[in-house]
Amino acid sequence: MTDSKLNRRQILSVGVLVGSTVALDGAHARSISGEVPWQPAQADAPTIVTPGPLQFFSPAEKDFIDAAISRLIPKDDLGPGAKEADVTVFLDRQMAGPYGKGAHWYMQGPWKKGEKTQGYQSRLSPAEMYRAAIKAIDAHCKEKFAGKPFAQLDQGQQDQLLHGLEKGEIELKGADGKTFFKLLLQNTVEGFFSDPIHGGNRDMVGWKLIGFPGARYDYRPYVKMHGKKLNLPPVGIKGRPDWTPS
Amino acid sequence: MPKKLPPVDVVMVGFGWTAAILGQELTDAGLKVLALERGGWRDTSTDFAVSFVQDELRYYYRRELFEEPARETLTFRNNPSETALPMRHLGSFLPATGVGGAGIHWNGQTWRFLPSDFLARSHNEQRYGPLPADMTVQDWGVTYEELEPYYDKFEYLCGISGKAGNLQGKIQPGGNPFEGPRARDYPNPPLDMVYGPTLFEAAAKETGHHPFPCPAANMSRPYTNPLGVQLAPCSYCGFCEKFGCGNYSKSSAQTTILPVLMRKKNFELRTESEVLRVLHDPRARRATGVAYIDTQGEEYEQPAEMVIMCAYATHNPHLLMLSAIGTQYDARTGQGTLGKNYAYQIVSGVDVFFDDKILNPFVGAGALGIGIDNYNGDNFDHSGLGFIGGGYIACWDTNGRPIGFHPTPKGTPKWGSEWKKAVAKNYLTTATISTHGSVMSHRNNYLDLDPTYRDIHGRPLMRMTFDYTDNEHKMSDYLTDRAAEIGKAMKPREIHAKKRKGHYDIVPYQTTHNTGGTIMGADPKTSVVNRYLQHWDVDNLFVMGACVFPQNAGYNPTGTVGALTYWAAEAIKTKYLKNPGPLVQA
Repeated sequence: MTDSKLNRRQILSVGVLVGSTVALDGAHARSISGEVPWQPAQADAPTIVTPGPLQFFSPAEKDFIDAAISRLIPKDDLGPGAKEADVTVFLDRQMAGPYGKGAHWYMQGPWKKGEKTQGYQSRLSPAEMYRAAIKAIDAHCKEKFAGKPFAQLDQGQQDQLLHGLEKGEIELKGADGKTFFKLLLQNTVEGFFSDPIHGGNRDMVGWKLIGFPGARYDYRPYVKMHGKKLNLPPVGIKGRPDWTPS
Repeated sequence: MPKKLPPVDVVMVGFGWTAAILGQELTDAGLKVLALERGGWRDTSTDFAVSFVQDELRYYYRRELFEEPARETLTFRNNPSETALPMRHLGSFLPATGVGGAGIHWNGQTWRFLPSDFLARSHNEQRYGPLPADMTVQDWGVTYEELEPYYDKFEYLCGISGKAGNLQGKIQPGGNPFEGPRARDYPNPPLDMVYGPTLFEAAAKETGHHPFPCPAANMSRPYTNPLGVQLAPCSYCGFCEKFGCGNYSKSSAQTTILPVLMRKKNFELRTESEVLRVLHDPRARRATGVAYIDTQGEEYEQPAEMVIMCAYATHNPHLLMLSAIGTQYDARTGQGTLGKNYAYQIVSGVDVFFDDKILNPFVGAGALGIGIDNYNGDNFDHSGLGFIGGGYIACWDTNGRPIGFHPTPKGTPKWGSEWKKAVAKNYLTTATISTHGSVMSHRNNYLDLDPTYRDIHGRPLMRMTFDYTDNEHKMSDYLTDRAAEIGKAMKPREIHAKKRKGHYDIVPYQTTHNTGGTIMGADPKTSVVNRYLQHWDVDNLFVMGACVFPQNAGYNPTGTVGALTYWAAEAIKTKYLKNPGPLVQA
């Protein structure tokens, strides 16, 4: 009974590579049949940001970023802000990497402004957008505030300028201030709340601020603890700061 | 010259949920089946390991598991008078690339559509009179009763956690009393419930509704499915949607089918193989195979007796357009079927802020929540409301991932010390009620080829023309008002009801529930595939996925996609293989 079925399968499988994971004859594709492919010690591990000098921002750009993100998420009574959380390093590594280059974005023309509902339509990648906008904002500030770039303005002036960008009220030369502001705010929040392996959220200050316990694997003991504050110390993908002997 | 390869019985385009199901069913029937997947091989232990998968930035905000618009995207406009522009980065929806497809990064919210959803035109017209002329809503050509055994099969494959509300016509306390009758209960009991949804449950009851635990493809206990594949209990880590599950706790092709299917000798998967078009005879009456390309740009011709489209819902219609199979829909004349009735979902939310209730939102799971179905489909009288359709209202606790989840009350600035204070104050003590509404099809919502923009292979991008109509806005506002009433009954400090205003916007994430474009139906003049998902013009071509929905119901689509796939597989096995040809006479 089963033999005939088996024979039919055997006949059908002629030409199929059995129990193997190899490229087709000369092809740059992979054929998998007769097995679940498995390679020991192979995992799609993350890229971990390492400390060190800035890779993308110039000194002037760094000053702008430090100042701007200190207004977006300030150091205050509640604790460190974005600058203290190393969000500048986060942004620098992001801009130097595939995200900054818009590597995964569709960046072919023609280019049109479009409707708001059609989304990002700038021909600048995120990194190009940062570069162009920071330059334009500093030029705008120098013109308006007796030669001072953004970083040298007082906090009230900085806030006023950021509000102006947010609302699209400031005309910049060579960049769209509103689009840049939106990107900068989004990326700053990302740097403040993402896993520290990406360079920001230093000492997990973003997570501690709100009570997020981080990249934890198993919450089953806590599901039914309704209304109870858990006070779990945050854990990241690389562990906890106090787990690493100094 | 493309290299011509030895023929196979069946070639499947794409290798996600639908291809895994069909691969399993059709190899069981003795066929030699080949799946072509444009992305790479992925598996739990190597690609979604718990030691690194809980990375909100990498997987969601840097889109690690999703398709790259640089390689393929679509153009978008709200209406035919605008110029469509490319979706330059992902936003509103997140199609995948790679083995397992979008079934890797879903939440696991696994619903059945209502019996009346499958009769959206005839049922509504019978009860409320003729529908507006531009509302191109159609019956599906298949009924809930016919699909019930296949919903059951998919739910048992997945190990869905839930509570039956209607067992063979008998209403069950604690389940969803509005659901269609089911032959048996879910394979697993509901997940344990966290605090926020239980507050919603009490308030929903108090306001006269019928709350129930939402059906979840997150395991409430260890489970061995009918194929012998094991899943592990969910650990409520709160990294489901946009992530692969490292814990074998979320149903996907990898966790339910592939360990069995991949070992079969009459099945082959080729990864890094992107199908460019379906090949056919000069009259486009018979598919002869597919053309595909590898990572070095080498082209191949793969002959096959049957071609089955198993790519994402936006890609199947696009590939048929590029293959010149079927007649393109024309919004001006209403003629043609390919690209017709593109639809989506309309969603809104109500944030519920407490002062004194610690909700611990990070203890979550993708389909962990309490819902009500009182306002879905035609579960309520629409007389005088000015719309048809509806949606569920649910208090989910999917996650507390802080880049995406840091709710602040209405009027809070978006940055600065005030913002920071509000985020710190509300993170642990805010619940969210979601509404999840249907989208009825409309004459001006459709898909066709873009005249200007091209993908990396030089093929025209698909153009999406879509906006919400008055029907959807009225319906969504109605749902949001009901959600706000329940939110107030939870006795919070304040609520913030966020109605879905204005045009459809391609930027903010809403849902990966794109539907239509190759719709199913009873008449070849108004649908692309028949009730068995067989192409009306090309009988050895079948089309899977939510692209066959004639309009979208108020539920997440995967349950119905799974049921339709099993239903089509059964028709292929029991009818088509015995007598290849049209399964329905036009």
